[in-house]
Amino acid sequence: MSALAAAPVLGSAPVLTALAETLTETGRTTTGEAVLFWVIAPVMVVAALGLLFARKAVHAALSVVLVMISLAFLYVAQDAVFLGIVQVVVYTGAVMMLFLFVLMLVGVDASDTLVETIRGQRWIGWLAGVGLGAVLVGVVGGTVYAPATGLAEANADSNPVGVARLVFGEYVFAFEVVGALLVTAALGALVLTHHERLLPRRGQRERADARVKAGATLTPPPAPGVYAQRNAMDVPALDPQGRPLEHSVSRVLRARGQAADAPPVLPAADADEGSRR
Amino acid sequence: MSVLAATGGAVAPVVADFSQDTWWVWVLKAVGIVAFLLTSVLIAIWFERRVVARMQVRPGPNVHGPFGLLQSLADAMKLLVKEDVTVRAADKLVYVLAPMIAVFCSLLTLAVIPFGPEVSIFGVLTPLQLTDFPVAVLYILACASVGVYGIVLGGWASNSTYPLLGGVRSTAQVISYELAMGLSLVSVFIMSGSMSTSQIVDAQRPVWWLLPLLPAFVLYVVSMVGETNRLPFDLPEAEGELVGGYTTEYSSMKFAWFFLAEYINMLNVSAVATTLFLGGWRAPWPLSLVGDGVLNTGWWPVLWFLAKVWGFMFLFVWIRGSVLRFRYDQFMKLGWKVLIPVALVWVVCVAVVQGLRQFVDVDLRTLLFGIAGVFAVVFVVALVWPDAKRPQPPRRRGPQVVDPFADGYPVPPLPGQALPPSPRRARAMAAAPAAGPSGQRAADRSADHPADRPTDESPTQEVSP
Repeated sequence: MSALAAAPVLGSAPVLTALAETLTETGRTTTGEAVLFWVIAPVMVVAALGLLFARKAVHAALSVVLVMISLAFLYVAQDAVFLGIVQVVVYTGAVMMLFLFVLMLVGVDASDTLVETIRGQRWIGWLAGVGLGAVLVGVVGGTVYAPATGLAEANADSNPVGVARLVFGEYVFAFEVVGALLVTAALGALVLTHHERLLPRRGQRERADARVKAGATLTPPPAPGVYAQRNAMDVPALDPQGRPLEHSVSRVLRARGQAADAPPVLPAADADEGSRR
Repeated sequence: MSVLAATGGAVAPVVADFSQDTWWVWVLKAVGIVAFLLTSVLIAIWFERRVVARMQVRPGPNVHGPFGLLQSLADAMKLLVKEDVTVRAADKLVYVLAPMIAVFCSLLTLAVIPFGPEVSIFGVLTPLQLTDFPVAVLYILACASVGVYGIVLGGWASNSTYPLLGGVRSTAQVISYELAMGLSLVSVFIMSGSMSTSQIVDAQRPVWWLLPLLPAFVLYVVSMVGETNRLPFDLPEAEGELVGGYTTEYSSMKFAWFFLAEYINMLNVSAVATTLFLGGWRAPWPLSLVGDGVLNTGWWPVLWFLAKVWGFMFLFVWIRGSVLRFRYDQFMKLGWKVLIPVALVWVVCVAVVQGLRQFVDVDLRTLLFGIAGVFAVVFVVALVWPDAKRPQPPRRRGPQVVDPFADGYPVPPLPGQALPPSPRRARAMAAAPAAGPSGQRAADRSADHPADRPTDESPTQEVSP
């Protein structure tokens, strides 16, 4: 995955062109690739700006998705098929989906507030951003590219095999270190969110048992209008003895005084019931 | 994928040979795939309704056209001319975009599925496959994972509670089930030594991966049902709980697109399962021997491929007809606590076996016998290993007396259990000598009207004589 970790670094257009030039065999891009680049690059730039300026969090997330997919196109165009497609599977399919999972709970009408929750947050953000930019410029500017071997040779045994040779051969130590780091982070998340259960878990079964024990009504409450003269919402249902069940009518209607009085049907049965009691 | 073909400098080592393809072959294949998918969806809807109806002992659609075959066409027309409602509170752009994403991504997958070996199309020798490249199966996964965005965004953009819940469920579902799906595919990659679909089909020449990789196949089938949001995993839609889930606020053609995407996805995962585990277009066993494998050449394989795909479609319908929807927590538990651990263990096992085959000079037969031996030893040891002494409850003699109202609700005694003696019966017996037959009648009457029972009486059930 260390190859993947480099993906965001390659995200800016000049770096891409520089890399494209060094990586292709002849040192210059083909026409098709150039057309593709000039079509996709503006889309990516607009989408990346959308991330910064979108008011809704989900729109920002969608902009990132667009950038990622366009980036995958560029990777594929440069014969980095594995990298391009794995980026979509891992970043777009899993990581951004996790982001969306959280963002969706924010709701469609909510937009970012510009109130700082942490004091000086904005300045720290600017500082970190400028610092990152400086580091990137320094690293990219100071890079000396070895003479290009050409993609045909790099991908001689198919692109995934070439990537695998690099990741599990030359960079295996970095790969293992990143793996250990990720496992540590996952364990840390588990430990930090773990809490002892103080009370026994109350599942569906326990709740059902408790309801039975308490003698509560086990069946769903009666719907309004059942066995009554009309089946409108405001007419109380009748019980087997023909007496109206007030609680079958919605609480709202009862509070407004809009529940209809249901004259008990079967007056004979009612009278009979009364006399027997 | 024309980008790939146009700019692919290095020739990717895949089995299928596309060197003779011309632009019109590409167009022909691409249009063919889309036409195949759209007509298959119409047939699939009819097929599902007829088969489910058959399982529920009713006729199903049988009015429009022969055997009701035109029913889906009529439904599609109805959806076309229905009013296209756009919810006012919706996020317009995303709301319109979401069904498009779902359909577009579902149409992409079949581009890398081999329908057959090399055939001659108007004099051009070409594999029956639009394209193939070294990471074709990963490309399928990528298309599927982007396609889920359609569902998720549709749920979010509707700005309504039930769709949002459906969308949130869908995100959680895709995160948990794609892991299991990807891991189950890894063992196929390891065995085939490639992620290109044509090479995976080629690697299944001796034996279909279904047999040696059975656990992976089972994992894939479970997660593919989850991936397509079909019962018992249709939680994002869940008519009984969420009205229509993410589709609730969609109508007319936008709804139809979601519907279309769901059915195309069913065809997609069926085709992927066929390609990866059932030998792709290869003829099934007795047929593959006919005429020295003549049924594995030319256009014949399309028939086997379609038969296998529709077998999976039948499986989908069968599952829908027989299994209830999972509760959400059970569904998550199944994904995270069963599927993913099993998939991980299985991948490690396959990797170890394959590694031994590759790096140690041992032939497969010895290796399999060795593994079987290890399992046999473990099995025997487990049999003779003394059980941990558990305190055995003392065995009672005679029936055990239970309180039938122990948890507040009357429960009849199980075999080997008896009810405590009924106090009412005891009273009746006590009254019988004094009052004669009339006392017995009184006891019977009180049994008819349980409400008349004195409240201080302990509630027990009468043992029938």
